[in-house]
Amino acid sequence: MAALTKEETEALIQEVLEVYPEQARKDRAKHLAVNDQSLEKSNKCITSNRKSQPGVMTIRGCAYAGSKGVVWGPIKDMIHISHGPVGCGQYSRAGRRNYYVGTTGVNTFGTMNFTSDFQEKDIVFGGDKKLAKIMHEIEELFPLNKGISIQSECPIGLIGDDIEAVAKKANKEINKPVVPVRCEGFRGVSQSLGHHIANDAIRDWVLENRDGDDTFPTTPYDVAVIGDYNIGGDAWASRTLLEEMGLRVVAQWSGDGTIAEMEKTPKVKLNLIHCYRSMNYIARHMEEKYKIPWIEYNFFGPTKIAESLRKIAALFDETIQAGAEKVIAKYQAEYDAVIAKYKPRLQGKRVMLYVGGLRPRHVIGAYEDLGMEVVGTGYEFGHNDDYDRTIKEMGNATLIYDDVTGYEFEEFVKKVQPDLIGSGIKEKYIFQKMGIPFRQMHSWDYSGPYHGYDGFAIFARDMDMTLNNPCWKQVKVPWKTDGSSKVAVAASA
Amino acid sequence: MPSVMLKKNAEGKLVFYVPKKDLEEVAESIEFDTPDKWGGEVLLSDGSKYYFDPVNAQPDFPVTLRAKRLDSGE
Ligand code: SF4
Repeated sequence: MAALTKEETEALIQEVLEVYPEQARKDRAKHLAVNDQSLEKSNKCITSNRKSQPGVMTIRGCAYAGSKGVVWGPIKDMIHISHGPVGCGQYSRAGRRNYYVGTTGVNTFGTMNFTSDFQEKDIVFGGDKKLAKIMHEIEELFPLNKGISIQSECPIGLIGDDIEAVAKKANKEINKPVVPVRCEGFRGVSQSLGHHIANDAIRDWVLENRDGDDTFPTTPYDVAVIGDYNIGGDAWASRTLLEEMGLRVVAQWSGDGTIAEMEKTPKVKLNLIHCYRSMNYIARHMEEKYKIPWIEYNFFGPTKIAESLRKIAALFDETIQAGAEKVIAKYQAEYDAVIAKYKPRLQGKRVMLYVGGLRPRHVIGAYEDLGMEVVGTGYEFGHNDDYDRTIKEMGNATLIYDDVTGYEFEEFVKKVQPDLIGSGIKEKYIFQKMGIPFRQMHSWDYSGPYHGYDGFAIFARDMDMTLNNPCWKQVKVPWKTDGSSKVAVAASA
Repeated sequence: MPSVMLKKNAEGKLVFYVPKKDLEEVAESIEFDTPDKWGGEVLLSDGSKYYFDPVNAQPDFPVTLRAKRLDSGE
């Protein structure tokens, strides 16, 4: 199917909006746009980070999910208490696949669920006493933990517990960092505010721990990797490249990370930000307080990797710059072979994405390296500055959708007829049943890593495996397999 | 009175960041920008204007300062 023109895309958006009642239509219209590369600023065309409409199917999470699930959860040697009723933590337990090294239950705790399991009496009489008791239980049962964070669920804010006081007291008693995080689910419009709150908690309760302590030997090549959650081993595939070019990675935030690494981050020379959306706050804080510069980088696909390696190296001396070239040259044969193998199989295929806060723009380059084209993209919880960074990455007249509703996404897909959709588990089965190849782009569909050169090979294989899977031919009923089938599907919408 | 985080970019231009609004803009002009006086009206590339109380030295960028919004710029 040929690419849509600007007018066609606009007409498509209008058509999809038609079914909404007037108010909802007016609101949703602001979140859907046709990309226009000539724009410098996204706020001229799209509104983001607003409350979702009641009654529509949104894919967003809550602030607790942003803090516990994303930012704090992967810090493997701390115990993160899901403070409140048991469900919030239990139903999200170990779902994010942030890999780590360690013995779970002994010195690492990533996939375990710790909760204060609130009952009625805790809501009525307050849960502070229970929380204080839990700290001591944890110390007794898991003495090798390096600290505790308290991740507030909704009720904590509602009943007004003073978790800060409990944390301060426990900190003195157990002599380890105890971090209260006010990430109650009802705060903000999505998990995004949870990221921010979690960043602020790190700023207030962790970052200063080693101020004035110079015992950690530093080098001029110290960097921290920030905003890589090691999904399927992503951070490891990234870290090797940085180390090979001569840098020393002091800290990983927060995939396979530790509290000690976080405490040492203010000593580094440069912060490298992968997920800008979830951790730019802390990078900006360190820039102001410790004068540590930060840059964004992108390790999806060889084009962007080379670009990023050079951009990072430019901030160091010639040894690192030479190191970057060496790394790019070293892997060239490898990624050229990947492209030679998969590009002919994937060339010209069209992709629609709908992911969280970073990948909707970061993976575009990797698809393009394989000759594919991203024809629609959108963020669950992106902000203005994310869309600013997206406009130039996307082709003209492509679709951009913010906090897309289940209905809109389905309709867009029916009309645009992409060859592949990259989104989350909640979308997966709907589109597979519509007969469209689908990859989960949050969890890499239980595959990965996708970062770095090693990851690119896996990414290419996975896309090919999904797209060219013979099963898709079986999904369509025989009388709809000719050229008219697409029209027929669309008309039945 | 929004808090504004200010830093210099690679080209030496002043970058404006308003955390509450995710606003990231380059400053087009600053009323006073000499070694012994800094501040006043700042015009951003999106047309909006902010005002900083002038100070007698260049601030130590990056830094967070309070600014007054002078017009909406929309
Ligand atoms: S919104 Fe509240 S109750 Fe629901 S998962 Fe988040 S913290 Fe738990």
